[in-house]
Amino acid sequence: MSVTIQLPTALRTFTDGLSEVVVEAATVDEALRQLTKNYADLKRHLFDDDEKLRSFVNVYLNDEDIRSLNGITAAVKSGDTIMLIPAIAGGVQYKTVTFQNTDLF
Amino acid sequence: MVRSILWIILDCMTILDVVGKTPLVPLFADRAGAKIFGKAEFLNPSGSVKDRAAKAMIFDGIKTGKLTKNKTILDATSGNTGVALAMFGAVLGYRVTLCLPSNANKERKRVLKAYHAEIIATNPLESSDGALLKARQLAVENPNIYFYSDQYNNPENWKSHYNGTALEIWEQTEHNLTHFVAGMGTSGTFIGTSRRLKELNPAIKTIPMQPASPLHGLEGMRHTETTIKSGFYDTSLFDGQIDVTTEDARAMTQQLAGKYGLFVGISSGANVLAAVKLAETLPPDAIVVTILCDSGFRYLSDELWD
Repeated sequence: MSVTIQLPTALRTFTDGLSEVVVEAATVDEALRQLTKNYADLKRHLFDDDEKLRSFVNVYLNDEDIRSLNGITAAVKSGDTIMLIPAIAGGVQYKTVTFQNTDLF
Repeated sequence: MVRSILWIILDCMTILDVVGKTPLVPLFADRAGAKIFGKAEFLNPSGSVKDRAAKAMIFDGIKTGKLTKNKTILDATSGNTGVALAMFGAVLGYRVTLCLPSNANKERKRVLKAYHAEIIATNPLESSDGALLKARQLAVENPNIYFYSDQYNNPENWKSHYNGTALEIWEQTEHNLTHFVAGMGTSGTFIGTSRRLKELNPAIKTIPMQPASPLHGLEGMRHTETTIKSGFYDTSLFDGQIDVTTEDARAMTQQLAGKYGLFVGISSGANVLAAVKLAETLPPDAIVVTILCDSGFRYLSDELWD
């Protein structure tokens, strides 16, 4: 099954700047494993030393939190979208922003 | 007579008058070695250190004539600055519009609504940068509608700590502090406080705490290695750097509540952990001060407390 994984800006450094990556998988877990296989540097940011998904990464399958599905073992079908959303709203990288002093005052 | 004078003074006060002058709390008093203190910024009226910057930015806007009664206060925020601006907007009679990533926690959204602030939700994948771009766009397109407080570039942000937080810490430690440690979001707290402390005593070391990974759970703190810097970011004030993982910060936050009765947010836990790490390398006569940024009540829905 071909699924699209959408990445937060904080992680795009590790996917050559890509905001989306398409992988073949049957479950969310398989999709994330495939993602971190393709982009090895991502792995330690998504999974801890015990191979568990880090607590501050929220995973959505087609806009639904996987906690309300079967967790990371939730099945995916072709065309599904997985979103990795930081659990916090502020504090990650501003990689995509060209930030300058402004004269808006 | 005395009572009536006091009453007149009280009658003129607003919530703005109780910003700052927060206590300095001894931490780990049972621990041998260097002393550690936390500046209890969560006791500010809106519940976070951001009251200082928000008050300074609003007052400066009024003083310079950029914030007039017909204008709406606008900024991008992941929460605490927005809450502070919304509270002051409510008491001073200004409308407040905040660009906020939609994944900001519900406590913050509800508090903002309580203060009647307008929330413009931005893409959660883009975190604060999406909110920032949206706020800048709105400010550029509608200069007659908005007063853009621009916490990431407004010098009033760091100056509020230069003129407030730093002097309070200096007096509260009876001029004896040796080290200041704090994480950075806009970097206003760290830059303003460190700059003044070093002017008061150049021997004082000021060390930023930062998240160990670009994706982390330390709300409000930024991983600075690859970030775009705020307008007043100044590495000349850095005497080293202490990295903290989200997992370790969470453990410390839980310990602060469960063992020391300090119910604070995770950024406070991260700051305290950095202070402890630093203190372990210092002689017993050293005095380390850090910031307790906000209250744990702002994170009640977080699984940290499950």
